[in-house]
Amino acid sequence: MATVTRLVGDLDVAEEAVQEACAVALTRWPVDGPPANPRAWLVAVARRRAIDRLRRDALRTGKELAAVRAVDVEATAVGSGDDQLGLLFLCCHPALDPAVRVALTLRAVAGLTTARIAALFLLPEATVAKRLVRAKQKIREARIPFDLPAGARAARVGDVLRVITLVFTDGHVAGLPSPDASARREVAIGLARALHGLLPEDEEGAGLLALLLLTDARRPGATGPGGEPVLLEDQDRARWDRDRIVEGLVLLDGALRRGRPGPYQLWAAIAACHSSAPTAAATDWRRIVGLYDALGRVEPSPVVAANRAVAVAMVDGPAAGLALLDPLVEHPQLRSWPPLHLARADLYRRLGRSGEAIAAYRCALALQPSAPEQAFITGRIRSLAG
Amino acid sequence: MRYLLLLHRTADDLPAPGTPEADRLLAEYGASVAAMAEAGVLIDCAPLSATSSATTVRVRDGAAILTDGPAAELHEQVGGYALIECANLDEALGWAARSPAARDASVEVRPVVEVRSR
Repeated sequence: MATVTRLVGDLDVAEEAVQEACAVALTRWPVDGPPANPRAWLVAVARRRAIDRLRRDALRTGKELAAVRAVDVEATAVGSGDDQLGLLFLCCHPALDPAVRVALTLRAVAGLTTARIAALFLLPEATVAKRLVRAKQKIREARIPFDLPAGARAARVGDVLRVITLVFTDGHVAGLPSPDASARREVAIGLARALHGLLPEDEEGAGLLALLLLTDARRPGATGPGGEPVLLEDQDRARWDRDRIVEGLVLLDGALRRGRPGPYQLWAAIAACHSSAPTAAATDWRRIVGLYDALGRVEPSPVVAANRAVAVAMVDGPAAGLALLDPLVEHPQLRSWPPLHLARADLYRRLGRSGEAIAAYRCALALQPSAPEQAFITGRIRSLAG
Repeated sequence: MRYLLLLHRTADDLPAPGTPEADRLLAEYGASVAAMAEAGVLIDCAPLSATSSATTVRVRDGAAILTDGPAAELHEQVGGYALIECANLDEALGWAARSPAARDASVEVRPVVEVRSR
């Protein structure tokens, strides 16, 4: 699929041609026997069909036939890793809307059906279908190229990392774990593995995979028997996925050794602090504060500041944390972010200031979080009021 | 493939002619145009006179209605254009990013539909 896209220059036509080639293979190979180089055969057949289709389109509309690369098809068998990377880069092109990038990557790279993508994001199938049509139209009409412009690789890898992160978190940083996220997270981890496999030297790619593994390893402990979310400090750590934690730690260690600790590695290091702590009390909060300091230097954001404040509260006490959190309430990006109010409420609660705690919980409730989160918050309000 | 670069500016920010700021801006636009010409991608370009000189025409029920001003009162308005010929979108985006309009306001990059007369 990736190779034919590169040869033909049109994602939509390539997809159709590859499907047709596979259909031919399914009927012919059982009868004639498979060819010596099945991949080259499929690429050659798909390419011919794509050219035929483009020629028919060109005759019908009078438009010029887009240049199709003449290439030694046998030689393309070698380029497959580069082509997959190229397809991933294409799907994550910054000229495409972020939601569109996500849908296209899941379709063209992860091979998910439109229905499956819709199910993973709780969207109507028609919405996803429309995004995919938009994506392919934009790529064709604006002529978004398969190849990267010179010097664009680092930025485009960043775009890919952001898309994979969106698949994992569904576009917002959840304050509390959501029970039906697991299938989507697995897809994200699969994409992160693919990227890491294609670019093993990229330390941020390794950082992202480590981050996802270390975060997802906690999933078995993150929900209670009734499907309700469980706070990190209350989770049964024996239920965490040991294998994923070890894999994440090894990956992170390898990445950090390269000496370029970018944001994904730093987020992974913070996740590692949590996931490797044997008990909540044993968590190295001082190190976490230091990591947020580093994040604040390479990729400052109000979310980083808020998270750092929570960590500071664990080291220097709730009052110190509140001194940093309260000013953030007015920040336009954080005002409608439930975790900020939940964190403030928790710190007020620990200081015994129930009135202010309840007020902060009510702010979070007013932002209409998910049903499990609402249940958790109202439970907290009840226990404070009582 | 041809792309039309719509060079926007924020409505009130043109420096008065003859001032150092105006001269600097003119030089920057000049340099950006010269670069495109030298690279052989420039087909045509021009600044547009201010939106205060615009007139908008709408024909409704056969009657022409004129409005004094641009089609929509937006914070950013088209101040000029450049028509370029590039191999793909990334090249066009590269040229758009080098225009002063991208730094001061925005540049919209629109592919031009190639219509072959039969």
